[in-house]
Amino acid sequence: MSFKTIIGLEIHTELMTETKMFCGCTNEFGGDANTHCCPVCLGLPGALPRINETAIEYAVKSGLALNCKINTSSQTDRKHYFYVDLTKGYQTSQAERPICEEGFIELEEVGKKVRIERIHVEEDTGKLNHTETGETLVDYNRAGVPLIEIVTRPDMSTGEEARLFLDKLRARLKYLEVSDVRMEQGSLRCDVNINIVDEERGLKSNISEIKNLNSFRAVEKAIEFEENRHKELLEAGKNTIKETRRWDESVGETILMREKGDSQYRFITEGDIGVLNVDEKWIEDIKNHMPELPAEKKSRFIKDFSLPEYDAEVLTQNKELANFYEKTVELIDDYSMVSNWIMGDVLRRIKDEELEIEETPLTPNLLAELLNLIKANTISNNVGKKVLRTLFETGKSPKQIVEEEGLSQISNEDELIEMIEKIISENEQSIEDYRAGKDRALGFLVGQVMKISRGKANPQLVSEKMKEKLDSLK
Amino acid sequence: MDITNISAYEMHEKFLNEEVTAVELVNAHLENMEKLKELNAFITINKEEALERAKILDEKLASGAEMGVLAGIPISLKDNISTKGIRTTCGSKMLENYIPPFNATVVELIEAEDGIILGKTNLDEFAIGSSTESSYFGATKNPVDNNLIAGGSSGGSTVAVKSRQMPLSLGTDTGGSVRQPASYCNVVGIKPTYGAISRFGVVSMANTMDQVGVVGRNVRDTSLLLKTLMKKDTRDGTSYKKSEEVLKNLDVNKNYDFKGIKVGVLKTIGDYKLDEIVARDFEKAVEMVKSLGGQVEEISMDSLKYAPACYHVLSTAEVSSNLARFDGLRYGYRSEKYETTEELFRNSRQEALGKEVKRRILFGTYVLLNENKKEYYEKALKVRRLIADEYSEMLSKYDVLMTPTTPTIPFELGTNSDNTEIQYNSDIFTVGVNLAGICAISVPFDKEEAAPVGIQFIANKFEEDKLIKAGLAFEGGNVDEL
Repeated sequence: MSFKTIIGLEIHTELMTETKMFCGCTNEFGGDANTHCCPVCLGLPGALPRINETAIEYAVKSGLALNCKINTSSQTDRKHYFYVDLTKGYQTSQAERPICEEGFIELEEVGKKVRIERIHVEEDTGKLNHTETGETLVDYNRAGVPLIEIVTRPDMSTGEEARLFLDKLRARLKYLEVSDVRMEQGSLRCDVNINIVDEERGLKSNISEIKNLNSFRAVEKAIEFEENRHKELLEAGKNTIKETRRWDESVGETILMREKGDSQYRFITEGDIGVLNVDEKWIEDIKNHMPELPAEKKSRFIKDFSLPEYDAEVLTQNKELANFYEKTVELIDDYSMVSNWIMGDVLRRIKDEELEIEETPLTPNLLAELLNLIKANTISNNVGKKVLRTLFETGKSPKQIVEEEGLSQISNEDELIEMIEKIISENEQSIEDYRAGKDRALGFLVGQVMKISRGKANPQLVSEKMKEKLDSLK
Repeated sequence: MDITNISAYEMHEKFLNEEVTAVELVNAHLENMEKLKELNAFITINKEEALERAKILDEKLASGAEMGVLAGIPISLKDNISTKGIRTTCGSKMLENYIPPFNATVVELIEAEDGIILGKTNLDEFAIGSSTESSYFGATKNPVDNNLIAGGSSGGSTVAVKSRQMPLSLGTDTGGSVRQPASYCNVVGIKPTYGAISRFGVVSMANTMDQVGVVGRNVRDTSLLLKTLMKKDTRDGTSYKKSEEVLKNLDVNKNYDFKGIKVGVLKTIGDYKLDEIVARDFEKAVEMVKSLGGQVEEISMDSLKYAPACYHVLSTAEVSSNLARFDGLRYGYRSEKYETTEELFRNSRQEALGKEVKRRILFGTYVLLNENKKEYYEKALKVRRLIADEYSEMLSKYDVLMTPTTPTIPFELGTNSDNTEIQYNSDIFTVGVNLAGICAISVPFDKEEAAPVGIQFIANKFEEDKLIKAGLAFEGGNVDEL
């Protein structure tokens, strides 16, 4: 049987405005419960919303970065439902006339274009905190925080594509500085809509919506899980129901939350706000002040720094990383060396620690200092790696580490020859092997010298002198 | 001299001339409020703070400081206008003990001009109704005849003003809730243009139509308070800067007549019948306008016969939305019977909201369901457009339109409180104005008449000056000569 998987995503992103969507309350993550609240975001009787223009600007910016059409006239609507996280009995959102429509993100890696149906602005809801004693407390600090919801067309067909899309989306939003896009803090949330089509038999499963996805990895895994679940049901002559499911990370499965009926949100226009008019001139202005986006930066990196496409792609995925690279190459005249180091040891370290580059003690100045030490032969490449590790742990400068730990490379020939002679005298077998033409023996002997020098011997020089010595013994 | 028997203007002047103190003004009105308790015009009396404030004003005057234009005047507010530290009940069990932590903008404007907030007046629950009978705090009685309804929903405000418990009062008007009770109580009531007065802090009923309105015993007093409140408010996205210009240069001390004024007279809507007495007085009123120089022409407006139905669909839809926040969770009444939050919501609303409020919420919910929305809500939006367009066309030809404020005189208390048709139709001449977002004033035909009849003048958006002039001219005419 041949199955085709159809995936669409709905992404909620909190906007990093200073104040909330409709009032002057601080928009920041955390804080004591219910301290960033006022009559407006608490929905007290008589309180009226005032639109935060920066939120609209951020939505327009996001729309432009995702190739959307910006609607100069859009409308806010009330979406009604009863739930404790709502303060007004409705959420102010956009139903029929969203601010941005018809965009796309290109996934070059898989030769695909994922279309974006719409981006609309809305307000976040309060947050429920479940206590150990079984109580549920509501914190309305988040109520009224501006959000954009990005809805894609069902253009993805694998978890990997969804992941790629999300990576690119996150990179762009981060570049724009409209959101800090942190899934773990909930400033980026992603729901998946998925179903599969059995093309041979002309069957298709009903769409499942998956919620509670806390990481991109979870998105990928949940898609894989759902793909199989849908397939198995279709193969068994059954079908899925139209439902909302929750991803349970601990067991790696999705679990039924509720069946999806005909939703009755009773949308009406939010008369207290009226029509959202966005001036053409203002849009132009925003366009002209857009920061360089990942794709543009990538091309520039390839051109200006002669980097391979893959390297440029990796370095520009993240704005801070790209900035880090650019600042470092200003301080050291070796584009590919910097790129190799960042893409190798630096990124590995960051990934292991789950940190962002700006959260580590490493700065462009420190990295340049380290690489300059290597280039000047003060330390070897391998010692450099060791210094980097120490730097990450202690935050000390490379020069200080090298000095304190006595890691300067030994290039003094007399000193080296003394060590070479010691090794030769202790390894008669290897000398015979070398004479017998076994090149590996040379490597072994050099390694032994490096070992007793605790890695500080200049390896090129050791190799050269060792060869000379051995040849003279023939 | 009974100091409550003069106009707000005169009270203010006497206060400035030190003929009477603010404390005396407050006390005189408090005395009336005590005497006329049985009319049930007030839900909350702000006695202590008002006296405290009056004392401060007396001291301020003695110090020679410049006084605000409302200095010394006691003012009451319909109890759906938020007052910081003073409970604001909306006439509902739901908010029986709700004390707002903030002031409505209108409260701040009044206090900035040295007015004294003296009480919170009774209203139909959440301003939903036309008789002030649906208040959780009991019905308000009409001072003209205690057996009659006061009208509503701002019945407490109009009764307070008529019975000299207060010289000026604020109401709110969503479909006629200031003009209709003003008509029933023989006082002046004005509903300004949508967006003329800030709604911030005014509890929404149908938020695309709600406007704060002013009730006074004469047009001049009414315009004084109105002018103070017509200000752009940054906290209300639907308020307009334009509002501030409208009454700026209006001289209310001049004598006005109708010379050169084009008046479109609307006697009937569809085949709706007027009470005989209303029809008779309205005829006389038209004659008077003519005698005062008005260029009167009879008009008809076809779209208006749909206005009550259109209003009902749209206002209930908005009511169902605006009242969704009263769930008992964060403030207001909370049922003691619940296991789950859904039960908490349901039982709190079930126990604390009145019958008429529930009826409207249910109706509004119904018209917004997926399967009904197109047929009702969206159609009503189109009709609203038609009505607005027809008013706009008429008001391009005429300076003002003239209608009876209500088709009937007030009925007896308790007789029709559950008759939705009669209740809803009492708004037939007023609702169109709210649908179109324009302004209108109701002026008593004869302040002394036992059967109160109000005459409504309607003007285009931000033409409250025309209403005040028409009202002053009409008031200046001599009814007895007719």
